[in-house]
Amino acid sequence: MEADILKIIALSTSRYFDLAAHGGAAIGTPYLRDPQESVALDYSAVIGITGAYRGSVYYTAPAEMIDPILGLIGEAKAEDQLRADLVGEITNTVAGHAREQLGGGFMISPPFLVKGRPADVQSSDSAPCYIIPVDWRGHRSRLLVTLTRVEEDAA
Amino acid sequence: MKLLIVDDSLIMRRAVERAVAGNPRFTEVRFANNGRVALEEFNRFQPDFVTMDITMPEMDGISAVEAIKARNKSALVLIVSALADRDTAIEAIKKGAQGFLLKPVTADSLLEAIDDIMSP
Repeated sequence: MEADILKIIALSTSRYFDLAAHGGAAIGTPYLRDPQESVALDYSAVIGITGAYRGSVYYTAPAEMIDPILGLIGEAKAEDQLRADLVGEITNTVAGHAREQLGGGFMISPPFLVKGRPADVQSSDSAPCYIIPVDWRGHRSRLLVTLTRVEEDAA
Repeated sequence: MKLLIVDDSLIMRRAVERAVAGNPRFTEVRFANNGRVALEEFNRFQPDFVTMDITMPEMDGISAVEAIKARNKSALVLIVSALADRDTAIEAIKKGAQGFLLKPVTADSLLEAIDDIMSP
């Protein structure tokens, strides 16, 4: 995966927090995931990528980070379904904004939501998975990006 | 005026509803969580204005806009989507949408987009 793609995803993430959460998100340096590393937090969402790219964008966050964002977007009370839904919407927005740079060939699925911490998170294929740490108000969330260009894959 | 809010995200449906609450222009609001349900609701409810997400299960928003416009050309549609590429916005407009608003939205940006469509 090109560093450019990770940069685009990171910028999309930063833009989401700027627009929806009054900014302040610190986007960490992406690193290659160690398969032994436990990554899942309280709420997660995964979006499948097809078209000119293949793979997934997965976002996972703790409840302590999600609840204040819900408050900022106008929800008076944080509930389980709203937390899961917000994580899905963040993932959807991050992936959707990436199309500004990557084009319409970067086709995204609706988010699949996961509540609770699954024992493990497997990527769909053998492509490398990069983790982008996303810190906001003292809490850490993570973006997991597994993407390959279809042309590269076929070569 | 009747408003149909179409989005697979519950928090987005609620956010749009909150944004238009208190706006006397909209007298009745209903919801749909994908394009297929939106068409069913459109037939029953006959809304004047529709806010439409694009990436949804079962039927996407672009297909739903095309079907809605085939039923009622005068229905007004505002796309509210995270898809930020120019081609998607152009396609939505070609299918009959009057406006395109990029997520995440604020109440102000949503009301402004609605005003732009209502007062061309």
